[in-house]
Amino acid sequence: MRSSYRFALAGIAAATLFAAGCSSSSSSASSSGSSTNWATETSASAGGGMNALVAAAKKEGTLNVIALPPTWANYGAILSAFTAKYGIKINSANPTGTSQQEVDAVKTENGTAKAPDVLDIGMAVALANTNLFAPYEVSTWSSIPTAQKAPNGIWVQDYGGYMAVGYSSKFGTITSLNQLLGPQFKNAVALNGNPTSANAGLNGVMMANLAEGGTADNIADGVSFFSKLKAAGNFSPISATGATIKAGTTPVVFNWDYLNLPSYVGVSNWKVFIPSNVALGGYYAQAINKNAPDPAAARLWEEFLYSQAASGGQNLWLEGGARPVEQAAMQSNGSINTAAASKLPAVTVTPTFLSPTQATDAANYLAANWAKAIG
Amino acid sequence: MAVAATTETGARPSWSGRRPSAPAWAGTVPFFAYVGVFLLWPTGIVVVDALKNPNGSWAFSNISELGDPLVRGYFIGSFKLCLLSSVSGAVFGAILAYAVASGNPDGMVRRLYLAISGVLAQFGGVTLAFAFLVLLGPVGLLFHASWYFDFPWGIGLIYTYFQIPLMVLVFLPAIDGLKVQWREASENLGASAWQYWRYVGGPLLAPAFLGTTLLLFANALSAFATIEAWENQIAYIVPQQISTALSSEVGLSNVNVADLLALGMVIMVAIVMTGYALLQRRAARWLR
Amino acid sequence: MAAVTALSETPAAASAGRPSGMQTRRRRRLNVFRYLVFTVFGLFFVLPLLAMARFSLEGAKLGTWSLSAWRQIASFQGIGVPPLLSAIEITLELAAITCVVTLVLLVPTMIWIRLRVQWLARTVEFLCLLPLTIPAIVLVVGLGSIYNRIQHYELSALMLFWVYVILALPYAYRALAAGLNAIDVTTLSEAARSLGASWFTVIVRVIAPNMRQAILNALILTASLVLGEFTIAYLLLYDNLQVELYSISRSTPNAGVIFSTSFAALLFAFVLLLILSYAGRLRRGRG
Repeated sequence: MRSSYRFALAGIAAATLFAAGCSSSSSSASSSGSSTNWATETSASAGGGMNALVAAAKKEGTLNVIALPPTWANYGAILSAFTAKYGIKINSANPTGTSQQEVDAVKTENGTAKAPDVLDIGMAVALANTNLFAPYEVSTWSSIPTAQKAPNGIWVQDYGGYMAVGYSSKFGTITSLNQLLGPQFKNAVALNGNPTSANAGLNGVMMANLAEGGTADNIADGVSFFSKLKAAGNFSPISATGATIKAGTTPVVFNWDYLNLPSYVGVSNWKVFIPSNVALGGYYAQAINKNAPDPAAARLWEEFLYSQAASGGQNLWLEGGARPVEQAAMQSNGSINTAAASKLPAVTVTPTFLSPTQATDAANYLAANWAKAIG
Repeated sequence: MAVAATTETGARPSWSGRRPSAPAWAGTVPFFAYVGVFLLWPTGIVVVDALKNPNGSWAFSNISELGDPLVRGYFIGSFKLCLLSSVSGAVFGAILAYAVASGNPDGMVRRLYLAISGVLAQFGGVTLAFAFLVLLGPVGLLFHASWYFDFPWGIGLIYTYFQIPLMVLVFLPAIDGLKVQWREASENLGASAWQYWRYVGGPLLAPAFLGTTLLLFANALSAFATIEAWENQIAYIVPQQISTALSSEVGLSNVNVADLLALGMVIMVAIVMTGYALLQRRAARWLR
Repeated sequence: MAAVTALSETPAAASAGRPSGMQTRRRRRLNVFRYLVFTVFGLFFVLPLLAMARFSLEGAKLGTWSLSAWRQIASFQGIGVPPLLSAIEITLELAAITCVVTLVLLVPTMIWIRLRVQWLARTVEFLCLLPLTIPAIVLVVGLGSIYNRIQHYELSALMLFWVYVILALPYAYRALAAGLNAIDVTTLSEAARSLGASWFTVIVRVIAPNMRQAILNALILTASLVLGEFTIAYLLLYDNLQVELYSISRSTPNAGVIFSTSFAALLFAFVLLLILSYAGRLRRGRG
């Protein structure tokens, strides 16, 4: 019994090592053979041109991305298109991570082969963590508006949308936010996340703020609108998801317009409206990990995302209902997918974008007052 | 007992003299080494970070933030929810465990309940909260419970769903340990069922019951996926605030605050454990 | 004595003889109690599961039925995400390794402490409660540096077992403690030692067999923990069963997939645990 016990113990140890060895993923190839170290290149031309970049990326063979849900802004199609075009395998981790979790993953996985190569994050998190990124200017750099990129390319905005209200068609047609205070919306109105921690939630409150006549510097009117909603019994404390929408638990949702598409929400009788006096825009930003395990693949991915080709990233995002950052340039040079562009919800006023200070002020105000307002 | 005494103080068997005498606690070294690396070290990092500023300098005054009324509210909320779900889970779970234990030890019913309990004890999160939402929520299938979003009753009920199976699984061996002969003996002496439980069964089960209730308390403490799915607009309990501090997208992220709150939770459990140890000592007096 | 007890019974039962009459009446009351308890609790546990099942079978419009949510589990071919089968395989291996390591770590330690180092008992009890007090999202902050070092050597998700054992400690400890309490460890070990047994034999061949139910329950708890563990694997970017199911549910706008995947995971774990419960043949102690 004693010897068989020891044998079993050894067997377990051996099995562990054996199984671990069998299923360990191969580490990505280092670019030690090539002459360019893509980790420090700041543009494709500086590194020897697009062809050199493509060759180096293919040699690396993998790309680690994080927090890219396939149904979000058509990322599923973008990931497939990239792999189909270049044959590079994509490891997509943590599909519903927040921007902060993406940055945390970069720090935790630093130096391993699993670290994320590229990030798609909210502006607040991007601005707070520029020490983790590598500067890079894509080939279409000039098509990106100056206000939407960092001067050295340490972060670049990629796509965005306007905050909108999605609702079930059983309510008819909604044209103004004040209609939501009516009795037929009992327990019906929900946000996408808690405004004190989620970007979409904060912007939802800010949109109400602007629609009610407030300014981007002070979110108090937005908080009082939701207070009124709560007093009327119309505010739902549940975070809206596809499941709650389908079950009819949250039939009215404040969310980005590209996340309020019937195809994303999964319910066919879903309508969207943006208040006529407000267009609150929010864009996400791309960044490359300074210590990316696959630096050439990371840069090729960025080139793909910003390419204006018919099947390039910008048009694919447009098909997902998001507004690509190069939209204005693409509309003038005709490379835009006009059919997809026409499907975007109409916006009649000048868009407002929160500056970093305005966003921080709003966040601090919410941290202090939100719980009281809707408690 | 006399047999034990002679082997302790009398002549020991011959083999005991051969080996060098290592201290008795040496046998626990593997356990402490493992726990030291994979539990104490990460906990130590968390505790150290709790007392630092975001820029890395020491800030022992952070501890005083635990006394902030807002923060105290979170801890009280956590305590209320954990107490409610652990006590109700313990009581109902004990009843269910007794029902399972008093059946055929090899029967299908016991196996089924063991397997179901195992599965449901770890079941929680989004799907559990959603299932209760569609049953009892504002548009509930069964009925609309107006108290569904009352804290801690609504979420307490949901927590009980996984606390009861956990109680069953952990408490069952203790009930099995109640020998049939003791029940028969007490009945032969004329005790009623109530008297049996009050004087025999109760005291015997008390240590295990209290210990498992403590486990249920701690089990409810750091659970947060369920309550996040139940409602996430108001932070009632500490883990919700920790999550905000760790994964805020609006720039309010602060790892040190999160670690400080976690440290507070450890302190809270240490306090609860002290109370539990005192209770155990009281219960132990029944036994001897 | 006989008169006192006979008074509490019906005349019919009394005529059958005192002990057996009392036994049958108690047995009957016990059975009523058991069936009542099973029904009430059964309803409580089954109703939410039924609600989940119903939603997993929901079609695109409320009121229609469709199996698409279930079919999507099998047909899922995500970009950049490994298939479901490899996640299942990894999780099963993880469960086995975690169970073994937890038992090997805890059972001898707990028995040893009970026998020889009682002053460490409270410390171990507190340590075995600590993993539950720290939320997984915070634990990962501390674990990050350790796993970073591990990942330099070994990227396989099997490395999760190191932390899973820690997560299983609270549950396994309580189940084993309940079993240890019920047996007289001191007498058993004294008797075995006086017959010449080594400590190893005492632990493995004398005491452990008396804790069969407790060990089995600890195994069930550990296995179900590994099968249901999500947060740490998710935050450390590993792919286990729950993370895989979550990826599947988030890669399609069909909300029913969340429920079909959850329900499938529950059924899978249930079948596994049922099989596991046959592993321990139980015999009620006769003495």
